[in-house]
Parts: sequence; C-alpha cells; structure tokens
Amino acid sequence: MSSAAVSNKKGFGATLWDYLTTVDHKKLGVMYLFAGTLFFAIAGFEALLMRLQLMIPNSDFVSAGTFNELLTMHGTTMLFLAATPLLFGFMNAIVPLQIGARDVAFPFLNSLGFWLFFLGAIFLHLSFFLGGAPDAGWTNYASLAIYSPGHGIDFYVLGLQISGAGTLISGINFIVTIITMRAPGMTFMRMPLFTWTSLISSALILFAFPPLTVGLFLMLVDRMFGANFFDHTMGGNTVIWEHLFWIFGHPEVYILVLPAFGLFSEIIPVFARKRLFGYSSMVFATILIGFLGFMVWAHHMFTTGLGATANAIFAVATMAIAVPTGMKVFNWIMTIWGGSVKVTVPMLYALGFIPSFVAGGVTGVMQAAAPLDYQLHDSYFIVAHFHYVIVGGIVTAIFGSMHFYWPIMFNRALSERLGVWTFWIFFIGFHCTFFIQHFLGLMGMPRRVFTYQANQGWDLFNFISSIGAILMAIGVILLVINIILSAKSKPLNCRDYWGDGRSLEWAIKTPVPFYNFKQTPLVRGYDPYWLEKHDGNEEGMIYAEPLGDIHMPNNSILPLIMSIGTFVAAFGALYHPDGDKPWAIPVLILGLAITVGAMIVRSVKDDHGFHVHVEEVIATEEELYGKGGNK
Amino acid sequence: MEETKFTPQTWPDKPEQATMEGKNKFVGIWIFICSDITLFASVFATYLSLKDKGPAGMGAEFTAANLFELPLAFIMTMLLLTSSLTSVYAMYHLKNHNFKGVQIWMGITVLLGLGFLALEIYEFYHYVHIGFGYTHSAFSSAFFTLVGTHGLHVVVGLVWIICLMVRNARRGLSLYNAPKYYAAAIFWHFIDVIWVFIFTVVYLMGVLG
Amino acid sequence: MMKGLKKWRLFSLLAVMTVFLSACGEDYITTLKPTGAVGKEQFNLLLFSIAIMALVTIVVSVLYLYAFMKARRSKLGEDYMPKQVEGSHTLEVIWTVIPIVLLLILAVPTLISTYKLADVRAMDEVDEEGNKTALTVNVTAKLYWWEFEYPEQGIVTAQELVVPTGEKVYFNLKAADVKHSFWIPAVGGKMDTNVENVNKFYLQFDEESEGLEQGVFYGKCAELCGPSHALMDFKVKVLDRDGFDNWVAAMQATEGQTASADSADVGEQTFANSCLMCHAVSGVGTTGAMGPNLTTFGDRNRVAGVLEHTKENLEQWIDDPETIKPGNLMTGKYGELSDEEISAVADYIMGLSIEE
Repeated sequence: MSSAAVSNKKGFGATLWDYLTTVDHKKLGVMYLFAGTLFFAIAGFEALLMRLQLMIPNSDFVSAGTFNELLTMHGTTMLFLAATPLLFGFMNAIVPLQIGARDVAFPFLNSLGFWLFFLGAIFLHLSFFLGGAPDAGWTNYASLAIYSPGHGIDFYVLGLQISGAGTLISGINFIVTIITMRAPGMTFMRMPLFTWTSLISSALILFAFPPLTVGLFLMLVDRMFGANFFDHTMGGNTVIWEHLFWIFGHPEVYILVLPAFGLFSEIIPVFARKRLFGYSSMVFATILIGFLGFMVWAHHMFTTGLGATANAIFAVATMAIAVPTGMKVFNWIMTIWGGSVKVTVPMLYALGFIPSFVAGGVTGVMQAAAPLDYQLHDSYFIVAHFHYVIVGGIVTAIFGSMHFYWPIMFNRALSERLGVWTFWIFFIGFHCTFFIQHFLGLMGMPRRVFTYQANQGWDLFNFISSIGAILMAIGVILLVINIILSAKSKPLNCRDYWGDGRSLEWAIKTPVPFYNFKQTPLVRGYDPYWLEKHDGNEEGMIYAEPLGDIHMPNNSILPLIMSIGTFVAAFGALYHPDGDKPWAIPVLILGLAITVGAMIVRSVKDDHGFHVHVEEVIATEEELYGKGGNK
Repeated sequence: MEETKFTPQTWPDKPEQATMEGKNKFVGIWIFICSDITLFASVFATYLSLKDKGPAGMGAEFTAANLFELPLAFIMTMLLLTSSLTSVYAMYHLKNHNFKGVQIWMGITVLLGLGFLALEIYEFYHYVHIGFGYTHSAFSSAFFTLVGTHGLHVVVGLVWIICLMVRNARRGLSLYNAPKYYAAAIFWHFIDVIWVFIFTVVYLMGVLG
Repeated sequence: MMKGLKKWRLFSLLAVMTVFLSACGEDYITTLKPTGAVGKEQFNLLLFSIAIMALVTIVVSVLYLYAFMKARRSKLGEDYMPKQVEGSHTLEVIWTVIPIVLLLILAVPTLISTYKLADVRAMDEVDEEGNKTALTVNVTAKLYWWEFEYPEQGIVTAQELVVPTGEKVYFNLKAADVKHSFWIPAVGGKMDTNVENVNKFYLQFDEESEGLEQGVFYGKCAELCGPSHALMDFKVKVLDRDGFDNWVAAMQATEGQTASADSADVGEQTFANSCLMCHAVSGVGTTGAMGPNLTTFGDRNRVAGVLEHTKENLEQWIDDPETIKPGNLMTGKYGELSDEEISAVADYIMGLSIEE
C-alpha cells in the first residue's frame, strides 16, 4: 500500500478508485476545486440566461416560472456549491502546507465532508430533471416556500441539508487541524493570514450552519411530514424562518469573504516583496469581523417590521463592521506602499479587488442606514451591492489564487498572457454589469423580476448590464481554456515558483509528495520560508526531526457510501408526501440504514493508518526530484 | 502494527490526549459540542416563540401549563443526571487503567439512559394518544422537535457507547480506544446539560408560568 | 489627507451629485425625485451617506493609486529589496478612529429617522366626536394584486390607491397568501406585508399625480412572491383634499350597486354569471374579496396592473389570464366564455366608472 509512489502510471479504474477513496488533503483540495468550478459554471450560465431575458423589456426569452428557478438556483449554487467549495479547495490544498502538517486532523471526515457536499449538490441539481427546480429565491422565505407546488423546494431543503452537513464537518476539521497540527514553532501569531482566516471562517461555519440546519429541518417537516412551524393558521410563524436563515445567512457572507481576504493577504506581500503590514491588527480585524458578523443578521429584515428599536440596534451594529474591514483595506495599501510591486495575474486580481471591494463595502454601509434601506432593500441596488462584495471580493480572490497556487496544486502554471486577458475582460464586464445596477435600484426597479415594462426608464441600463454579463462569461470561458491548456504544459518541478514566497507552502518542492514535508519543518518566525531564504538556507527549511518513518492515514470508501446513504434517504423523504408512492418510506429507511451501517462499520473496524518507511521516503523523493531529493 | 501493552503504572496521566489522534478527538468533540449548542439554541428559540401557539380555538388542555407533568419530567431528569455521574466514574477508571470498571460504569450509564428513553417514549406516546400529535399545532411541532432532537442525541449517545463497549470488550484499554471512550463520555455530559435546560425551559417554566 | 478637505468641497460634491442623480429615472417611479416627506428624508440620507462614502472611496483610491504607482517594480528595478516593515501603531489608530467618527456622523441622522418613520401613534388619535383624525388605508396584498380598504370611509378599492396630498397617510399592511412588500418608490421606502401580523407605517404625498406622464405614480411588489412577482404592480392616484373627498363620496354613492343576471345587457348578464362571485362592482364594503373590486375599473390606468388600458387587452386578459400573469388565481375560476360574451363583458367592465 505504502509503496505505491505517487507518480506511478495507473489505469483509469485504479485512478478513479484512488480519488473515490482518497483522504489526502491535496487530492480533496483538487476535487473541491473542480467540483466548485463545475457548479460555478452552471450558476454562471443561469445568470447569463437571466441577464439575456432582462436585456430588453417585455422579453419572453425565458418564462416567469423558469426565471424564478434560475434566480433561485443561481444564488443557491453560487454561495453553497461554488464559492464555498472553491475556497475549501484552497483551504484543503494550502492550509496543511502552511502550518507544516502531514494532513488534516481528521482525513476520513475530510473525505466525508467532500462527498456529502458533492452528493447534496448533485441532488439539488437533479431537480431540473425531476419536475422543476426550487423557485422561492436562495433565501427561500417560508410563506412562498410552503406555498410553492411541486418538489422544487424539497430538493432545496434536502440538498442543502446534506451539503450543509458536509460543510459543517469540514469546518470542524479545519479548526482542529489548525489548533493541534501546527509544526513546532508555528505559534498562533506566526500563522499566515490565510490560515488565520480559514480558522475564523471555520469557526463561523461552526456557529452559523446549525441555525440553517434547524431552519431547513423545520421547512422539511412542514412540507413533508405535516408540521406547522410556518403555517400561521396553525399558530406557526414565517418570521422564524427569516431569523434562522439570516442568522446563518449573514455570517455565510463572512465565511466566504474572510478566506478571500486571507488569500489576498498572501498574494499582496509576495508580489509587493514586502512583509504584510500590520499583521497583528489584520488578525485582530479578522476576529472582530467574525464576531460582529453574528450581531447584524436583522439588517436583512429592516422592512420586515421588527420595530424601530431593533432596526436602530442592527443599523449601528452593521456600521461597526466597516471599521475592521477598513483596517484591512488600509493594511493592504500600506503593504504595497514602499514595496516593489510586480504586476502578475494574481496581483492584478488583488489590485482590482481593492477598489471593487471598497465600492461594495461603502454601499453596504449605506444600506446599514435603516431608513435609507427601506428604499434600497429588495431593489437592484442591493443586487449591485452584494455582487460587488461577492464578485469583487470573493470571485477575484478565487481567480487570483488559482493563478497563484496552481503551481503548488498541479505542478503546472497557468498562462500569464491569457490570464491578463481574462482579468481585463472579466473585470470590465463585472463593473459594466453591476455598477449600473445601483442606479436601476435607485430608479425603482425591484430585484427578482423576470421582466419589466418599457417606459419606466430602465431599458438602457438593463441593456448595458446584460452586455457586461456577456463579457464576464467570456472571461470565465478564457479561464477554463487556460486551465485546459495548463494540463498540457510542462511540469514545473520547482520550489517557490513566484520567487518571493514567504510562508511554508513555498518551501516545498512541487509536485508535493503525498506525505508533504518529509521532515516536519521548524518554524523560527513569521514568514518562515522568507526568513530561511534570506538567512541563506539552501535546503528550504531547517527541520524539527530527523528523517524517519512517516505515519499516514488509510484511504477509505466509507465516506462515499455514507454520503450515498443520505442521498438515497433524501429521495425517500422527497417523495413521501406524494401519498401514492408506498416505496418512499422504505427508501428513506434504507438510505439511513446504509449511512448508519457504514458509520458502525467505521467505528467497529480499527484504522491505525500505515507507516511509510525511511527507505520508501528516500525512494519517493528521488523518483520525484531526481538524485538528492527535495533540496 | 503492534500495540503497546500498558499497566496501570505505565498508563499516561491523560490517556485521552496521549496520542496525536487522541488529542485531535479531544479537541474535535469539544468543537462539535460548540456547534451543537448553537443547534439547540436555535431549536429552543423556535420553541419559545411558538409556545402555546396553535390554530384558532385550540383547547386550553393543549397548553404547556396543562399538558406537562412535573413528576415524570423530574424522574427523567434524575435518571439522566445519575447517568452523567456514572459516566464520570467510568472516566475515573479509564484514567486508572481499570478496564473492568470502565465497562461496568459505562454499562450502568447505558441502562440509565435506556430508562430515560423509555420514559420519553411513554411520554410522547401519551401525548399522541390524547390528540397532541406532531401535526396538531405549531406548539406541538415545536415541542416534539425540541425534545425529540434531544431524544435523538440520547439514542446516538447510547448506540455510540454500546458499540464501544461491545467492540472493545475483549481487547482492553489502549491509547487507541481511550480517547473514544472519553469523547463519548463528554458527549453524554453534554446531552445531560441540554436536558437540564429542557427541564427548566419546557417543563418548569411551562407548568409554573 | 483630511486637512485638504474643506467644507465647500463637500458641498460642491453634494451639488454635483444632486444634479447627476436627479437626472436618473422617470418621475413616477424613481426614488431620486421623491415627492413626499418620507421619500425626501430618505433621499437626503442617501445624499448624505453617498457624500461620506464618496469621500472614503476617494481617499482610499488616491492612497492606493499613489502607493501602487510609486512601488512598481518595473520602475524600481528587479533587484530592489523593500524595507520589511512590521506596521505602525499611529497609522492603525488613525484609520480606526476616523472611520468610527464618520460612522457616528452617519449614525445620528439614521437613528433619528428610524424612530421618526416608525412613529405611527397618530393612527389612533381621535377628535371630539371620536372620529379618527388621520387617514388610514388597510392594504392587503394578494397573489398578484392589491386591495385597499378605507375603514373609516367604509369603502374598498383595488389596484389603484387613491390618496390626498399634504397629509400623512397611514397604512396597515397585511398579506393574504404569501409575503409581499408594499413599495411606492417615488413616495417613500417599502414595508413588507407579512402573513401573520399587520405592519404599520406612513407615507406622505406632496404632489398631485395629475401632471405625471401617466397621471399616476407606480407602486411595486418588492418581495419575491411567485411567477408573476414582476407583474404585481399597482398605481397611485394623488388628488388634492377636495378631489379626494369627492372621490370618497362618489365611491360611497355606489352602495348596493351590483350586476344583474336578468339584465338585457349581455355584458352585465355574463358578468353576473361568471365574475360577480369574486369581483364586486360596489365601492362600499370591507376587505377580503376573492378578486379585485372593479367599481372604478373604467377610470383605471392599467388592465391587470400591467397592460395598457384598452378593451382589446381586457378581452385578452379575460380570455387567457394565465399567459399574461402566470400563477394568478383567476385562471379556471369561470367557465369557457364565447368571444361575444368576452367582448360584451369587457364593454361592461370598461364602463364601470365613478368619474363623471
């Protein structure tokens, strides 16, 4: 088992089996990245269809019902199934390397988290083929969701329940990993910012996802098993859903944007060739944003009628978040200040990110002013605002980091030339699409409308916005082409691809062997690799242990089986309320039995992992890097 | 891989954290409990906002003040509190490398847990029998969801502990399974703490005002 | 950075923005040319917050561009090694304190306004005779149409809200089926209509709608409520106080008006047989109808809230509502009507009017 060196040629079946059973954080990172890209493309396509429909007034390109399905699936997919897994991809691939760990704390759970997410996502998307997708918006407000006929909402509830469980498991895993698995000398205040933001973001997952789980469960039993949480004629209350959803939903934004901040905090110092300015205040700001993120959910409900006092409190709390966020922006600018900036593609994205994100941030503060929000809420202004934050902040981070970390993840580089084209087309398209939407909102256009009448003064701006969307689509296609081309390019087999790497992940030669560092590195300060490099250390790092046997976890197919169990069970629950399907409950029970059975097998069967012996480590290193190994 | 054979003398002070895996499990279960607390907080909040809410003309017999009976809830509380204590004894023996003690006290914990569960099932059955079923009203849905979520945790805890006891019955304690026992015990305490809140919020506050 | 920013700059910035913003949108729907105290207050808050935010954005952008331009490696040379700076406490304090001050400045008008706009105590005030002093309208949002009840006046209408100028009009908002949101962009911000509780707020209408291009302000549903959410429009007719009183009197005069199945007019006959169970033709009544009250249909601006007000459109709507408003609750509620019947009933409905 252990002697199977990474680069041995394997058949397709063996490779597939390897990926289905893998618990290696690097492979799971790659799987997250590709799954995320897939769903990003699907959701992007949905957005394009919507923008084409809205290009001209009174268009009948897509029908009203279909449009609602598109807008629901676009939002749901982008947030839960595209942005989250893409960031998880980087967290998986990079965080263990940044802290000098062999793997994550619970490799088995890491795999389980991925498969739950993936099968939940597939389940949700099957709705398109099985009678219609959910159509009550990604917020799925209860009165409309309960009223909605067909199974669309059921797919939403069950699909998110499954993939949400996966996300929660991954979140717990990252927290434990970062707490317990750091290399010697890697104190908390020496951790790279991306590790820090991953930690805080995982902590947010920890506290934000359970309310969603509860909300989804209440919706599930209401729709499928006759409960009355949201049926006001039976004493229920739909505002409970709004609260539960936004107690999750607002932190969710920070769950996504904090790792994006972290990624930029890695990119900017490398290409400015300068230490991150105000490291400790960056850490502090991250924690503060995470904390405040839980105090502001009701600013999504200013018009719900919670009363003046609630609105006032949440307005002020929301404004407060601008302070730590501002600290971060100024720290990035000061990192550039006096540095030596090389404008590579990742840095281009970072440079584009700063003004875009500031623009998204200030419109956020405007909406924090509750009375003003009465006008802006649920208009195109808010659509513009959150796309500025999410595309300007998170998508740019993801695209930039793809270029940045591609060498570590794939031992290949993405084309800079094509990357520059992608950036400019996407970036111009993005501003063209969304800047104008601020004004559409101010001119009275509500969001989530499948069409609009002419003569309301909205025609021109909608047309411009749709042109921008087409540009963004072209940008994404170029990125995909870049990815495909990179697969055919020559392997890099190098260390510190960008030349100015600072943190531990750059100290390791690519391709990264399955056990990561052959000896656990010793961390002597912040930016450990930069320190060693500038102390003239040719070997990359100094090591905390002699070369020895390496303990690694076993692969397992059980995570996939457990996830398939939940997938099967979800179908049973989904078709149960139809009444004419007697197989529904047995299928539900069968699915749960598969999951529980796999769990029992897992707990009864010992899994001690395996050891890679010293000779094998040396052999692997020589095979990967030639004589001398990872020097 | 050969496991080291321990005696009470060579057994480490904190067997649950002596290995990397053990330490991860120890931190992991605590982190998981943080998350589970938020889960229960959400269900509690839902329950409180839907307490006594039902369709127009819902009978007064289906309000918290008339429905719940404190003696039964008190007995259940005592069973669960005692089971928490017995699991502490088990952990005491775990630290002293006394496997028989661990198994016996864990066994008693399971029996007490089963007793609790039986009473809960009886209680639910009783409510359904008098017409207060899951679909009766918003209040009934919220009540069964809150107490039922706790009940489900009890079931999971019991299955977990039973699996551990059966699996390890012939193998004795090792640094591989000590953290597993320990994590299960922490989980069991957590269930107990949640019940104290349910007893207070649902039963005491329900009956007394 | 901050020293150079004098007051006049802020004002000129404000002035430029006012011009720019007010060039945007159509009078009857844009929030940028508000026509009532509420909308104006919100618009002022918009200008104020934009001014502060523009200031922040400009400062950040200037700093950022300056930093970038000075630090380009293409200028500094490949080998330039910057000083590795850890941070600066002074700077940290500055960029923590200044945003806090700016936010406090924004928070004050925000808080004042929040309480002011939520103050609906006047709703319950009565004069010596026990009559309510303020005009109250009960709004019920239903799947893709709006019902407006005037409880003090004892009248009810639909799709077209009629209000007087120059006074606060109070609203009780409720949804009958799923959540909607009541929004008249040119007059003031929105408020949700929930299914389980009544939300209250007020608006003020300063300008008569007579002079507008369509003679009405546009109202919108702002909360996704199903397939035809985009088509759930209503219109607002703003009259002066006398005009409003006349309108109320005319509405009250329709008491007892109904359609008769024995009528010689085929249109009225058809209406009585096929439509009357849902649509009333008397303006006197209370909320809770299955379909919109049609007493003033002939005076309205739109068919079904969105179509131009012509007989052809009305016929098309009666013939097949589903293609015009998917998911509406009218489809299938009445049997198949012949073309002649549709034409006759359309004539009848277009003739329902209280304006002389």
